[in-house]
Amino acid sequence: MPAVSKGDGMRGLAVFISDIRNCKSKEAEIKRINKELANIRSKFKGDKALDGYSKKKYVCKLLFIFLLGHDIDFGHMEAVNLLSSNRYTEKQIGYLFISVLVNSNSELIRLINNAIKNDLASRNPTFMGLALHCIANVGSREMAEAFAGEIPKVLVAGDTMDSVKQSAALCLLRLYRTSPDLVPMGDWTSRVVHLLNDQHLGVVTAATSLITTLAQKNPEEFKTSVSLAVSRLSRIVTSASTDLQDYTYYFVPAPWLSVKLLRLLQCYPPPEDPAVRGRLTECLETILNKAQEPPKSKKVQHSNAKNAVLFEAISLIIHHDSEPNLLVRACNQLGQFLQHRETNLRYLALESMCTLASSEFSHEAVKTHIETVINALKTERDVSVRQRAVDLLYAMCDRSNAQQIVAEMLSYLETADYSIREEIVLKVAILAEKYAVDYTWYVDTILNLIRIAGDYVSEEVWYRVIQIVINRDDVQGYAAKTVFEALQAPACHENLVKVGGYILGEFGNLIAGDPRSSPLIQFSLLHSKFHLCSVPTRALLLSTYIKFVNLFPEVKATIQDVLRSDSQLRNADVELQQRAVEYLRLSTVASTDILATVLEEMPPFPERESSILAKLKKKKGPSTVTGLEDSKRERGADINGGPEPTPASAASTPSPSADLLGLGAAPPAPVGPPASSGGLLVDVFSDSPSAVAPLAPGSEDNFARFVCKNNGVLFENQLLQIGLKSEFRQNLGRMFIFYGNKTSTQFLNFTPTLICSDDLQATLSLQTKPVDPTVDGGAQVRQAVNIECVSDFTEAPVLNIQFRYGGTFQNVSVKLPITLNKFFQPTEMASQDFFQRWKQLSNPQQEVQNIFKAKHPMDTEITKAKIIGFGSALLEEVDPNPANFVGAGIIHTKSTQIGCLLRLEPNLQAQMYRLTLRTSKETVSQRLCELLSDQF
Amino acid sequence: MQFMLLFSRQGKLRLQKWYVPLSDKEKKKITRELVQTVLARKPKMCSFLEWRDLKIVYKRYASLYFCCAIEDQDNELITLEIIHRYVELLDKYFGSVCELDIIFNFEKAYFILDEFLLGGEVQETSKKNVLKAIEQADLLQEKTDNAYHSKSFMGYKKAY
Repeated sequence: MPAVSKGDGMRGLAVFISDIRNCKSKEAEIKRINKELANIRSKFKGDKALDGYSKKKYVCKLLFIFLLGHDIDFGHMEAVNLLSSNRYTEKQIGYLFISVLVNSNSELIRLINNAIKNDLASRNPTFMGLALHCIANVGSREMAEAFAGEIPKVLVAGDTMDSVKQSAALCLLRLYRTSPDLVPMGDWTSRVVHLLNDQHLGVVTAATSLITTLAQKNPEEFKTSVSLAVSRLSRIVTSASTDLQDYTYYFVPAPWLSVKLLRLLQCYPPPEDPAVRGRLTECLETILNKAQEPPKSKKVQHSNAKNAVLFEAISLIIHHDSEPNLLVRACNQLGQFLQHRETNLRYLALESMCTLASSEFSHEAVKTHIETVINALKTERDVSVRQRAVDLLYAMCDRSNAQQIVAEMLSYLETADYSIREEIVLKVAILAEKYAVDYTWYVDTILNLIRIAGDYVSEEVWYRVIQIVINRDDVQGYAAKTVFEALQAPACHENLVKVGGYILGEFGNLIAGDPRSSPLIQFSLLHSKFHLCSVPTRALLLSTYIKFVNLFPEVKATIQDVLRSDSQLRNADVELQQRAVEYLRLSTVASTDILATVLEEMPPFPERESSILAKLKKKKGPSTVTGLEDSKRERGADINGGPEPTPASAASTPSPSADLLGLGAAPPAPVGPPASSGGLLVDVFSDSPSAVAPLAPGSEDNFARFVCKNNGVLFENQLLQIGLKSEFRQNLGRMFIFYGNKTSTQFLNFTPTLICSDDLQATLSLQTKPVDPTVDGGAQVRQAVNIECVSDFTEAPVLNIQFRYGGTFQNVSVKLPITLNKFFQPTEMASQDFFQRWKQLSNPQQEVQNIFKAKHPMDTEITKAKIIGFGSALLEEVDPNPANFVGAGIIHTKSTQIGCLLRLEPNLQAQMYRLTLRTSKETVSQRLCELLSDQF
Repeated sequence: MQFMLLFSRQGKLRLQKWYVPLSDKEKKKITRELVQTVLARKPKMCSFLEWRDLKIVYKRYASLYFCCAIEDQDNELITLEIIHRYVELLDKYFGSVCELDIIFNFEKAYFILDEFLLGGEVQETSKKNVLKAIEQADLLQEKTDNAYHSKSFMGYKKAY
C-alpha cells in the first residue's frame, strides 16, 4: 500500500504542514500560524457558507496547530457542525477535534451530546463506533450523566455488532473510572460477565478490562467471573500456537487477553471451588512450564509476549500467596531472569522478586539469589536497574544476611548515582538499626555512612543514632571512643562533628581516663573544627562545651576563655551570642551541684517509630515501605529475632515530622471520654451533600487484617493512601488516621466523615476534629479519633472520604477497623482457674462454637501471635492437648466488664479449626467468635 | 494506561493521547519532563523507568520514541508489545511507515490508535480486525470524497 493512497488528501493541510516544517525559526513558525489562523477565522466568519470539505480542512488545520502546542480559542462550533454531517470523513474529523479540544462550554456540550445521541441511535456500526470513541476519549462527567445509562444497554443488546460491543465496554469503563456514581449497576452486570464466554476474542479482550475494574469495586457482584476467567484462560494456554489465528501474536496465543484475565483473577482470593482452583493451578503450571521450553521464535516480540504472561502469572501466584510450590517455582524462574541478557527482564525480575521476598513461603528462596543481586548492584550499567537491586536487597534483608547486605550497600554508596544516594543512606540506616545484634556494629555503620555520604545523611539519620546511643548504655563508651577517633581525620563531614559533639558532650567522660583522649584533648579536637562549621553546628558545640564544664572541671578555665572571646560574646549571630553569654554566666555563678543538675545526662528517649523510617515512607510513598515493614514483622520476631526497635511493639506516638531528637512530638495524649454533645455521627463537615460511596473493594479483607493488629495501611488506590495507628486501653482508644496524597496534585474539599449506624452510635462513641480541606500533592494529613466503647457492639463504623482531584469528584468508603476485641485486656490464669471458670460459663447461650476450614497455613507461631494480637492472654500449659490454644481476657466497656475464655483446636490433617468462645454475654461470644474465625 | 506520547529524537511531539483528565498546562509539563528524561537515556538501557508514581515504558523506532505511562499494577512487557503492535498497524496501513507519515497524516494515526486502544485499554488485538475497521472507513471516505478531489497529493514523501 503506497503511503498516501488512503488519504482523503486535504491538499491545503499538507501544504500548511510543510510550510510549518520549513520554518527556520520559532518566530517564523508563529508568524505562519498567525497568518493561517487569521485566514481560517475570516473563512469561518465570511458570508459565504463553507462546504463540508473546507470546514473539515480548516478544523483539521486548527487541530494541527493545537497539537503543535498553540492555544486555539475558536472553531469549536464548526467542529460540532461536522458531527452532524452525513459524510463519514467529516464526522470523523469533527469527533477528533472534540475529543482533543473538549471545551466545557455548556451550549456546545448540549449540541455535542445531541450529535452523539443521534449517532448512537443510528444503528450504523461505524457511526456508533465514532460516537463511543468520542465518549471514551472525553470521559467527562457531563458525558457520563448523558450516556452512562444508555451504554450498558448497547453493550448487552443481542443484536449489537461485535466491534460496537468492544467500544461500548471500554467506553463504559472510562465513564466508570471518572464517575463511578453515575454508572448504575443492574441486570446488565451478569450479562457482562458472560461476555467472558463470547466467541469473539476481541469482545472478550475489551470486556475483561471492564469486568476487572468493576470487580475491584464490587467484588461480590462479579464473583462468577472467576470461574469463567479460569476456564477461558485454560483454553488459551492449552491451545496450539495457531489455533487462535489472528489473536496469536508471534506464536503466543492471545497474550493481551491472558494478561487481562490473570489481572482479573488478582481481584479475588484463590478460588474456593476445588475444581476451579485445580484448573487454575494447572494453568499457572503450564505457563511456568512454557517458560522452560525453547523459544518458538528468535524475535524479541515472541519472548516479550510470552514473558508478559509469565510475569502476570507470577503476580497472581504472589497475590494468592497460598501455594508454596508455585511460589518457589516462580522464584526460581525469576532467578534465571536475574542473569538474562535482556536488561528489561533483569529489571522486571528484580522488581517482582521484591514482592516475593515478603511472602513467608518464598522469602528463603529469594535469599538464595543474594550474590546475583549484589553482583547486579556492582555491574548493571543502568541506574534504574541498580535501583531495583537496592530495593530487592532491602526487601530480602533479615538478621541472617544483614551484615553482608549493609556492607554491600555501603560500598555501593561510594559510587552510587547522586539521585539515589539519599534513599540508600536511609535504607542502610534502617537495616543497621533493625537488625543490629551488636550495637557497636550499628555505630560503626552509621559513622561509615556519614564518612562516605555525609551530604546525603539527613538530620533524621544522625538524630536517630544519638537517640539509640543515649538509650543503650552498653554502647555509649564505644560510641564515644569511635567518634573521637573519627574526628581525628583531617577533613571530616560536618554531620560527624554534630554527632561527635553531642556524644562527647554526653559521654566524653567514659574515655577521659585514657591520656590520649583526656578532656583537654577532646575539647581541642572539637574546637579545631568549630570555625569550619555552620551556625547550627557551632551552637551545638557550645552546648557541648558547657557540658564539658560540668563533666571535666579541669578544662573549665579554658572553656570560659573561649566563651569569653569576642568572637563568641559579640558574635553577630544572635543564637550563638546568647548561648555564649548564658553558658559563660552559668559556668561562673552556678555551684557544682546546680551545674550537675542542669547538665545532667539526657534521659532515655521514649521508644517511637524511627524517624528515619518515617522519612523513607515519605520519600517512597508510604505504601511500599509500610507493606514491606509489615510483612517483615509478620514473618515474626522468632525468625529474625532479637531486639526490635521498630514501631511494632511500642505504643508509639507517630512522629511523621522528625523534629530535633523528636522532642517536639507530643506524648500520647490521655484519651478522655468524649467531650461534647451526643452527636455520635461524627460529621466532619456537616455540609457535605454527596451520597456516600459503597465500600471500596477489598475493604472487608483489609478490615479483617486489622482485627489482630493496630497499625498499617487500611486502603490504597492510585490517588490516596489511608494508614492507621491506634492504641486502646480498657474501654478507651485513640486512632490516628493518616491520609496520604499519592499524586502531585492537590486534593480539594477533602472531607473525611465517620458514619455510624443508629445501633452503633448507641454503643460506640467517636470524637474527632475536621482536617484541613486541602491536601497538597505528596502530603500526608493526620486525623485523631477518640474512641469510647459504651457497651458491646457488632458493626463497624464506615469512613467515607470525599474530595476533588484534578476536577473529578472522588468518593471512597472503607470500614474502619474498630472491633470489639480492641477493648480486650489479657488475663493470665492457671489451668485450674481456667477450667473452673470455663465450667461456670456452661450456659448454652454463653457458648458459641465455630468449625471452619483453615484459610492460611496452620503455623503454631503465627496462630499464637494472632491470639495475642486479638487481645486475649495466651495461656500456656492449660489445655491437656498441647496442640490446642487457650486464651482469656476481659472486654472493657463503659457499662460493664465481660470475662471471655476461648479455645482453638486445630486439626492439621483435616486443615480445620474448632473455635469455642465462652463469655458471660451471648452477643459478645458471638461477635468475638466471628472476628477470630476470620483470622485463621 | 494513562497516556501515550510519540516524539522525535529532537524532542518534537508527534502524537499525544491522554486517558486521564489533566489540564493543558499539566500535559505540557509532563511532556516536557518526560521527553527530556527519555531522550537522556542511553540506547542499551532498560525500557522501563519509574517516574512520579507511574511506570514509563518506552521504545525507539527509527527517529521516533513511543512512550507509555502505565500504573503500578500494569504489565510492562505487554505494554512494550502494545507499542509494537501499534507500530505494526501504522506500518501496514502506511506501508513502511516513517515519521513523515505521522506528521502529515496525524489524524489517521489517531484513528488507528482509537481502533486499537480505547480508554487506555486494549480494544482489539487482531491486526486484521483493526485494519478492516480503518479500511472500511476509508472506503466510505473515498466514496464521499471523490466528488471534491482525487487522492492526489502523492509524492510529498520524496519532496520533504
